[in-house]
Amino acid sequence: MYINGVEIEDTFAEAFEMWGARLIITARTREWAMTAARVATGLATSIIGCGCEAGINDLSGDEPTPDGRPGVAALFFTTSPEALETQLLQRVGQGVMTSPTSACYNGLDAADRVKVGGKLRYFGDGFQSSKLLDGRRLWRVPVMEGEFVVEEEFGVCKAVGGGNFFILGKSVEAALAAAEASVAAMRAVPGAIMPFPGGIVRSGSKVSSKYKGQHVSSNTPYCPTIRTQVATALPDGVEAVQEIVIDGLDEGAVREAMRIGISEACLPGVVRISAGNYGGTLGKYQFPLGELVDSSGG
Amino acid sequence: MGCVSCAAFVLDGAGVTLRRKEASSIPVEADSICTDRFVGRGPTEIAALPAFYGRRRVTLGDLFDVEGRGGDNITVAGDLRHVKKIGHGMSMGSITVDGDVGPHLGSYMSGGEIVVEGKAGDWVGAHMKGGRIIVKGDCGHFVGGAYSGETKGVTGGTIVVQGSVGREVGTRMRRGLIVVMGDTGEFAAANMIAGSILVFGRLGERPGAGMKRGTIAAFGEAPELLPTFRYACRFEPVFLRFYLRRLSEWGIWAETDLMDSCFRRHVGDVNGVGKGEILIRD
Repeated sequence: MYINGVEIEDTFAEAFEMWGARLIITARTREWAMTAARVATGLATSIIGCGCEAGINDLSGDEPTPDGRPGVAALFFTTSPEALETQLLQRVGQGVMTSPTSACYNGLDAADRVKVGGKLRYFGDGFQSSKLLDGRRLWRVPVMEGEFVVEEEFGVCKAVGGGNFFILGKSVEAALAAAEASVAAMRAVPGAIMPFPGGIVRSGSKVSSKYKGQHVSSNTPYCPTIRTQVATALPDGVEAVQEIVIDGLDEGAVREAMRIGISEACLPGVVRISAGNYGGTLGKYQFPLGELVDSSGG
Repeated sequence: MGCVSCAAFVLDGAGVTLRRKEASSIPVEADSICTDRFVGRGPTEIAALPAFYGRRRVTLGDLFDVEGRGGDNITVAGDLRHVKKIGHGMSMGSITVDGDVGPHLGSYMSGGEIVVEGKAGDWVGAHMKGGRIIVKGDCGHFVGGAYSGETKGVTGGTIVVQGSVGREVGTRMRRGLIVVMGDTGEFAAANMIAGSILVFGRLGERPGAGMKRGTIAAFGEAPELLPTFRYACRFEPVFLRFYLRRLSEWGIWAETDLMDSCFRRHVGDVNGVGKGEILIRD
């Protein structure tokens, strides 16, 4: 299958079940809300080394923020609700509460909950107070600037992590340009994030290593500089690969983000679109590239 | 605002209309006028429910014409100025009062909604635990209050008065929200334990006397406060914006220019626990 002369490999992306949360971060200005969100979602590219994967979604015009101020949605993904709670406590406590004029609310209607504001409240040293309205409890924590408002609990749900596709390009410039175009379009998909820097990972990995005790290493079949030394997966003419990883609050969000991303990546200089999987033996979800392309009519 | 316990009856769409047969200044106790007591009953059964006319035990049918079948909504019309305890203990459904109504409306209610098209008497929502009361006119005294001898009053729910209220609104309130679009009388939030009272008109004299915790937010004029309240700072309370957004969603409030308000915070009553706050819009 080809789109704009780019081969869509007959393969699939293998993704995993994770747990996700969605926070609404507001502030006096959008810039400060983004600052808080960037800090809270910072160093969250992979659960392997960062504890969670996180990213930012813009809010649609149909979703005003709980307090009417400018805001963004911050999404977080990890392996369990307990791990999510730990991550959110750290990230909201250190990254949102500290940020000028910020407030933090739950943005996910879910039966399962983790207590974040209900634990951060102790920072108020006994002078915190709560307000309960419409079933939502807010904590008001006195801080030097005035007050930090944070919701007692955040909803968490089963989510999907590790959707992915590879962009095999004729050059670094071509692969990167295609990846940038993909990410720019994918950012509009609500409920999906691309956790790596700028949404792109240049150092995709494989789950094996020659070293004892190390479980992950560079995805050597896709590394161009050693193509003559390994069983390469690179076709002739490919000299650089960029990968895009997608996490989503549900399968539909990941699927839609992949569909849009693959479509946008089929630019001049791109030879093939591929994806990473483990033979279907590890992950709960499979996203065949051919089905995504077919659904887009491409 | 939804009410989970109504869910089983919403699709029924049934409703009852009670129309007072004649005007009278004799007090009527009508705590039988409650969705929980009407549900599943026909007009004959509803008419047989008890009431008091002065000190005489009567039935609802003696005082009201009853039409319809008991479901999750009730409409009450006619001269209700001296009819007490409509919606007492209600937990689901809705009651609409077409005109003015007497005291103790919605006392001890825990769910559902009551809307009064006119004025209401004293003790609206006394000891309320949940649900919502909306009064489009003025109310008497002790709105959201606690009866004498009780240590705490309202523990949940929302009362919205689009007119003014008398004295001692929210006395010994423990939780919940009271919104007064008009003025309040004196001693608002006396001995308040917690909860919030928003006043958009003039806040009456001596607010917050004996306040332990909780919030009075004065968007309009405010009197000189008791000397047991101490000024803390000017600030922009974000939680109030959350409240105002909810009121806007409910269709109760729409003055968006107040969203960015700055308030002076006064903390007291230092005679007691002293963690209450009176926020006065700058």
